[in-house]
Amino acid sequence: MLTQGFVVLLSHWRRHKLQFAMLLLGLALATALWSAVQAINGEARASYARAAAVVGQDRLEQLARPDGTRFPQSGYIALRKAGWLVSPVIEGEKRFGAERLRILGVDPLTLPSEAAQVNVGAADIGLQRFITPPGVFIVSAETAERLKGVETPPLRISDALPPGMVLTDIGIAQGLLDAPGQVSRLLVAAKQPGHARPLAEVTPDLVRRAPPEESDLSRLTGSFHLNLTAFGFLAFAVGLFIVHSAIGLAFEQRRPAIRTLRAVGLPLGVLIMLMVVELLVLSTAAGLIGVALGYGVASLLLPDVAASLRGLYGAEVPGTLSVRPSVWGLGLAIAVAGTLASAASRLWRIASMPLLAPARPRAWSLASERALRLQAAGGLLLLAMAGLTVFLGSGLVAGFASLGAMLLGAALLLPIMLSALLKLGERLSTRVVAQWFWADTRQQLPGLSLALMALLLALAANAGVGTMVQSFRQTFVGWLDQRLPSELYVTTRSLDESRKVHDWLSSRSDAVLPIWNADLRLFGQPVQVFGVADHATYRDHWTMLEAVPDVWDRIARGEGVLANEQLARRQKLKLGDAIPLQAGVSLPLAGVFSDYGNPRGQVMMGVDGLVRLFPDASRLRYAVRIAPDKAPQLAAELRKAFGLPQGNVVDQETVKAFSLRVFERTFAVTAALNVLTLGVAGLAIFASLLTLSGMRLSQLAPAWAMGLTLRRLALLEVLRGAALAVFTMLAAAPVGLGLAWMLLAVINVEAFGWRLPMHLFPFDWLRLLLLAVASAALAALLPALWLTRRSPADLVKVFANER
Amino acid sequence: MNVRLLLLMLLMMAAPALAQGFAGLGGDAQGFAVPRRGQAPQFPRDHGAHPDYRIEWWYLTANLKGEDGKDYGAQWTLFRSALAPEEKPGWQSPQLWMGHAALTTGTRHYSDERLARGGVGQAGVTLSPFSAAIDDWSMTSRAAPPADELSALAITAAGEGFSYALALDARGPLVRQGEEGYSVKSAQGQASYYYSQPFYAVTGAIAVEGKDIAVTGQAWFDHEWSSQPLSKDQTGWDWFSFHFDAGAKLMGFRLRDAGGGFTSATWINADGTPEPQPPGALEVSPLAWAEVKGHRVPVQWKVSLPAKGIEVTTAPVNEDAWMETQVAYWEGPVRIEGTHPGVGYVEMTGY
Repeated sequence: MLTQGFVVLLSHWRRHKLQFAMLLLGLALATALWSAVQAINGEARASYARAAAVVGQDRLEQLARPDGTRFPQSGYIALRKAGWLVSPVIEGEKRFGAERLRILGVDPLTLPSEAAQVNVGAADIGLQRFITPPGVFIVSAETAERLKGVETPPLRISDALPPGMVLTDIGIAQGLLDAPGQVSRLLVAAKQPGHARPLAEVTPDLVRRAPPEESDLSRLTGSFHLNLTAFGFLAFAVGLFIVHSAIGLAFEQRRPAIRTLRAVGLPLGVLIMLMVVELLVLSTAAGLIGVALGYGVASLLLPDVAASLRGLYGAEVPGTLSVRPSVWGLGLAIAVAGTLASAASRLWRIASMPLLAPARPRAWSLASERALRLQAAGGLLLLAMAGLTVFLGSGLVAGFASLGAMLLGAALLLPIMLSALLKLGERLSTRVVAQWFWADTRQQLPGLSLALMALLLALAANAGVGTMVQSFRQTFVGWLDQRLPSELYVTTRSLDESRKVHDWLSSRSDAVLPIWNADLRLFGQPVQVFGVADHATYRDHWTMLEAVPDVWDRIARGEGVLANEQLARRQKLKLGDAIPLQAGVSLPLAGVFSDYGNPRGQVMMGVDGLVRLFPDASRLRYAVRIAPDKAPQLAAELRKAFGLPQGNVVDQETVKAFSLRVFERTFAVTAALNVLTLGVAGLAIFASLLTLSGMRLSQLAPAWAMGLTLRRLALLEVLRGAALAVFTMLAAAPVGLGLAWMLLAVINVEAFGWRLPMHLFPFDWLRLLLLAVASAALAALLPALWLTRRSPADLVKVFANER
Repeated sequence: MNVRLLLLMLLMMAAPALAQGFAGLGGDAQGFAVPRRGQAPQFPRDHGAHPDYRIEWWYLTANLKGEDGKDYGAQWTLFRSALAPEEKPGWQSPQLWMGHAALTTGTRHYSDERLARGGVGQAGVTLSPFSAAIDDWSMTSRAAPPADELSALAITAAGEGFSYALALDARGPLVRQGEEGYSVKSAQGQASYYYSQPFYAVTGAIAVEGKDIAVTGQAWFDHEWSSQPLSKDQTGWDWFSFHFDAGAKLMGFRLRDAGGGFTSATWINADGTPEPQPPGALEVSPLAWAEVKGHRVPVQWKVSLPAKGIEVTTAPVNEDAWMETQVAYWEGPVRIEGTHPGVGYVEMTGY
């Protein structure tokens, strides 16, 4: 009985192969997008954790200069002689071929055990080889791959290192970084003998720092990953709509079978158990496919994500994916849980259904107006919540919660809105076929509403995100033009060369503007401080969001500093606030400038002040003003005069192109996920129409009997799909606008620290409308084609069958 | 005291971060200088470091008596190990340094270690004045010229829970071990340069868990360097340095191998005249064993040198004198009873 019962239930899928495929595909796709995002995030987080853990930086206290600059290793020796168990680290960047590597030099003999992730004594490395020139580079497998063919010391591979980082001996590193006798910081062993002389006596210029609770990288990139997660959720929600509707249809279609099974004596409990088992099997299978697909999607997207993380944040994430059991498990679990949740109401209905309830597949679709109103009330409530969260809440999570509430609320409101629109259409129609068309569409609405809600979500997300990206792009491009007014940008290789290049250029150009900078920690965050010359270039071009009246004069006189928007917003800085640049030195905030695409805080001050306050500031880069037509020749001469590589003298266009490329890459992932989400929604409509079409014969037969040709009926079916898509798009438009506004004014501010003006792009919206109509019409086309092939006998049978 | 070469090597071999550079040490000298018979160490020159030899150490053990009447022991050691027979400036120096310090009380044994690269000033040995140091641990000459630089020393070391600062004054001459400092160590002819100063009188203070205790006593200093002193089949050794109450000293060791082992000893008269004993003249056998930090080690020995009429037993001040360094060994003060009572130090490795 049990087996027969199960076979009977399963036979439904054999007879509805397409429906089965849709269910599996919907669930698999939803799981896939979710898992893809999780896999990408997991990979990135693991990479940050690795980066943070290298040489125990996440666990050990450190001694460093307050401004983070290097100091002589005599300080290290002095501390050891004073009884401190400290170990020196030098850190810096160096280019090898096309790769810019972060060099980390350590002393393996004094390295605390917490910091010894790599066993330098291992047979394939060896202490002697490690510390004897040319030394050994310990790198990740990916970095080793990137360095193929590049001349470096011998490479050894270790999983403990994130991509782009090199662990080597401190002596080797000092040589490579051209910093003999210099160290960046000292690791403080966790256990100190406790008899050492006070730090303040031995090295008063060093400060002791607790290990950071969260690495700078995770903090910087947190918003990026939350963004991805939100997209994953959206995709999954859209997928669940499909699952919900497919399962609902399947249950209803199986009512006759269920009635028969119950009538021949299968107990209700067993029946429900069988159906749950069926769902578990289906969802597990779909989940597995989904997770596998997800890995596929993730490995396709990861290189782009890695590129944008590198471009945006300097965060190194491997371009290849490793399999994480937690992602597999979570993907499967969410697939099963989602399926069961989608099916719960159906199971409940079967449980409470009278034994011999008539098997009317149509009955379920006639959802009452009351239910619609209830749903609409829920939608309104969610919208209200969304509004409240925007005004009362703060933080990225609140922002996304508000977004979610808005999207879901709008989706819940959709059926009643469509119903009203269709009623209006019916009232406005005079001809009988038109009236029938509207009435019949309205009658189909409950069966399609879930798919349409999914479409609404996808369209709104697409429109909203599209608007955000385009607004961002437009603002960014305009800002780049202002921000990069100089004709040439020069990077010299040493301080000595820097001086010579400056002198050389001074006589050959209109102006040579230093781009000198130093790193400091401000308000507990890494912040870059730039020095600017007093020049019209800045006065004319630099966009200020707010500033004191004579801002550039003050900067030139060293009486104030500028902060970028993200720093000002994060710290809630107001003009006139004191910015502590060094112990005992702070300057008032004289202006706030926009600085899109930069996650870090930035401060600008007069270049004289920079050199005075930060003697170790990097003084290697210059911007050169010259008549644009003379720029290429000057660049060529400059390269020739100093033997500078191509990449060290770049023109404005190249810099802009590079910045734009970083930008495009950043949103490549967003765009990909966007398209995929829309695809899932299209599939949802297709699945719904397909299943509905099988049941619609009883509605179409009378119309056919009264003289409408099958061709005409099929055309009307396609039109119906298109009309519903248009209406859904109409409903999605305001939601999309709301979404775009929230992304620009709430999420971006929280995530990146800048607020962007919103621009509208009507053509994009039109394209989206066409896409929606096309996909809905296409989805309706196949069932419509089937309809035209029906034999009259099938249609006549409708009247013969007892119902 | 050649055994300490082996100790060093074992220590280095087993220290994971250090293993590779010391592989092959048991074989030829690989470009390193080797000791030659008939070239006796010269002072003060040879108090300093010999970077062209592979390994070297300055080793001090002190048997102390506290103002509280209790027995204490202190150890101070600086090892040098060269990856290449040369010296280079800065981090490129192939010279590696390792310090061991220990303080033994009747109830606890404290030990600690330090590692450092040569070339950057963190560790090393200098002459005029003599100073051997790693981090804040140092052994520095207090001697006023023209006295030998080692005739008076100050040593300090501190680790978790302990510290000491001792003043050492030599009451006898430097003693060249073996043939005028050329110390043959095995049947295969391996040898080292080796001299000792076993006649130090000690005054100073130790601190245990923050409590200062004034101490007096006697100390034994060794300086040894070589390049290829090892036999491949040796599994460990037991080493003894004895200060007899009558003023004479005895240095002896047994290298354990698959067979009967190899023993060697030097009798040092109270006036400092050494009498090297032929191999096998010294007899040692464990009398009692104990489980120390998971290792079963002998804690009482019978030591006899029939040629000198010596038959003594040793008893440790503290059975648990285990050096919890990267490679662990037992080293601690002992009391000596029998025909020649006194105090001394025992070192045991490979257990």
